[in-house]
Amino acid sequence: MAKADRLIAMALMAISVYFMIHASALPIGWNGMTGGPGGGAFPFWLSLIMFVSAGGILVRSLRSNVKYSETFFDTDTFKSVVFVVIALLVTVWLITWAGAYVALPLFLIWYLRFFGKHGWTLTVILTVCTPIFLFFFFEVTLKILLPKGLTEPFFVPLYAMFF
Amino acid sequence: MELLGHLADGFATSLSVTNLMIVLIGVTAGLFIGAMPGLGSVNGVAIVLPITFIVPPSSAIILLAAIYYGAMYGGAISSILLGIPGASTAVATTFDGRPMAQQGKAGLALIAAAVASFVGGTISVVLFTLFAAPLADVALAFGPPEEFALVLLAFTTFVGLGGDDVLKTIIMICLGLVLSTVGLDLISGQPRLIFFDQPGFYSGVSFLVLAIGVYGIGEILHTIETSKSAPAVTPAKLTFKELWLGLKEMNKLWRTMTFGSLIGFFVGMLPAAGATPAALMAYGLSKLMSKKPDSFGKGNIEGVVAPETANNAASTGSLLPMLTLGIPGSPTTALLLGGMVMWGLVPGPLLFIEQPDFVWGLISSLYTANFAAVIVNIALIPVFVWALRMPFTVLCAMVIVLCIVGGYAPNQKMHDVWLIVGFGVGGYVLRKADYPMAPLVLALVLGPLMEKSFRQTLIAEQGNVMAFVERPLSATFIAISAVFFLLPLLKHLHRFSRRKTAANESPAD
Repeated sequence: MAKADRLIAMALMAISVYFMIHASALPIGWNGMTGGPGGGAFPFWLSLIMFVSAGGILVRSLRSNVKYSETFFDTDTFKSVVFVVIALLVTVWLITWAGAYVALPLFLIWYLRFFGKHGWTLTVILTVCTPIFLFFFFEVTLKILLPKGLTEPFFVPLYAMFF
Repeated sequence: MELLGHLADGFATSLSVTNLMIVLIGVTAGLFIGAMPGLGSVNGVAIVLPITFIVPPSSAIILLAAIYYGAMYGGAISSILLGIPGASTAVATTFDGRPMAQQGKAGLALIAAAVASFVGGTISVVLFTLFAAPLADVALAFGPPEEFALVLLAFTTFVGLGGDDVLKTIIMICLGLVLSTVGLDLISGQPRLIFFDQPGFYSGVSFLVLAIGVYGIGEILHTIETSKSAPAVTPAKLTFKELWLGLKEMNKLWRTMTFGSLIGFFVGMLPAAGATPAALMAYGLSKLMSKKPDSFGKGNIEGVVAPETANNAASTGSLLPMLTLGIPGSPTTALLLGGMVMWGLVPGPLLFIEQPDFVWGLISSLYTANFAAVIVNIALIPVFVWALRMPFTVLCAMVIVLCIVGGYAPNQKMHDVWLIVGFGVGGYVLRKADYPMAPLVLALVLGPLMEKSFRQTLIAEQGNVMAFVERPLSATFIAISAVFFLLPLLKHLHRFSRRKTAANESPAD
């Protein structure tokens, strides 16, 4: 727990440095002409406060001798969370490449059948119904086209039918 | 009398068939979202916001407010039937609601929760109606210095009253504010903080993307960790006789209910407090004032009634500063505010003058939402008992799909979807390390207003920083902010000096 706390504090410090570098591309000081701070001032000084606060957490954690007994992650939950995150990343990547109507059903099959260990009946019902609902809700009703990637040509006849 | 006229006009809007349908759909959806353990009003609003494009803006806000309302009712259902709070706002309801269910009085507890929510909601909506217009009138005099001071005040309440680690709270506020500056500089128009030269950052980081990430994906990751299987649902049967007995029982508890409503309303107005602490405070205080404090925690009906009136009253209370001042009183109202800005309805005093139809329509819809919620709640109790048996994995899968598609829909950019996944994972890790999420979301929503009012003031006053304390109202806000900010420091010093005296005394013996 203490280790994770320190790691997170260090990561936040790194992020604030990164923010400061970006912010300093614009004037961060006082602009005498117009009065008031320049365009980069707001993000720069706030990032600095963030840096100092995260540093404070790091110092506090290093100085305290308290041994935290609980672990940040137990291996079992850590595994399931990591699996879901990987599945999410793969799904989003697949959406750009093969389209939402391929990626989301695949995700549902993996999540319900293999991660959730549900029966095939429930899995198939939800995997078939969800994309149909999405299509009618977003594309037909709201006229918001979901990304289709490679599968775009297959939707042309459907467009002709509904638009 | 002018007030009643406005309210009557409002009812003309909210009692239209479309808006009544919307309220009914909203509270039903809210009840289910609230009843699902792990999902509360803020998750519901974050996930549903992108799909509200289906109705016109004013109806969309009514829909979201109805979901917010319904979720406050719904939270009690799983607190009583599962012993797990359906939303953090219903934590205090488990203390006595669960024992009541175990004693076979689940039906009575559910009725008590629903009726208490209704009373809390109604009292607070009446208070809201009375306070809204005068407060908006006061706020009309606000210029940029007052706006800045008020936003500052909102953030310092998190530091002084939030109860979370002060350093972590400050980090989250700063992170949210910095994220709000991504895109184009408000005044010079120059691009800034365009990370990795991604063109998607030119339009800034949308509050919706952060909210769906943190409250959608992040929440699901959290749920995966905390709940592996569907827990046992306590059966609850409901007959008309029981309903009648329950109502009679409730008639004895007016004192607790009025008290809970008042606490809820006023605590709910504070940005850092909100419904959860309001409910806990109402529970604690009604235990303190009770003649039989020992019976609390063992199935005392008052222990269900007090927090349930308070959390509903708090949800209305947090709408008051959002609508009249443009400063949200809770993360959920921050999302409502973001949604309103997106639809071109900028909350604040001018809204009362420019869009009276909308404002009073929304206020009167709170009355109808309250009625709808109590009826739907009691009528659908058997359905909730059934729905709570739904395995978490099915719910999680559906929510994830909705988050991805809902995150894509508003701007139709994959950039946003990637950000949602990033914020979801980041938010999950930070939350696990006890970093508070509410200040982050509030900061992202209020950031542009804060920077704009700060710089406008300085430009108008030729760089004179004293401008913020020269005007009486903004000086007052700044003074209160300073007190809130120094509060944790004083507490720390106090503890430190006590420890020192204790250390000095101990070697003597």
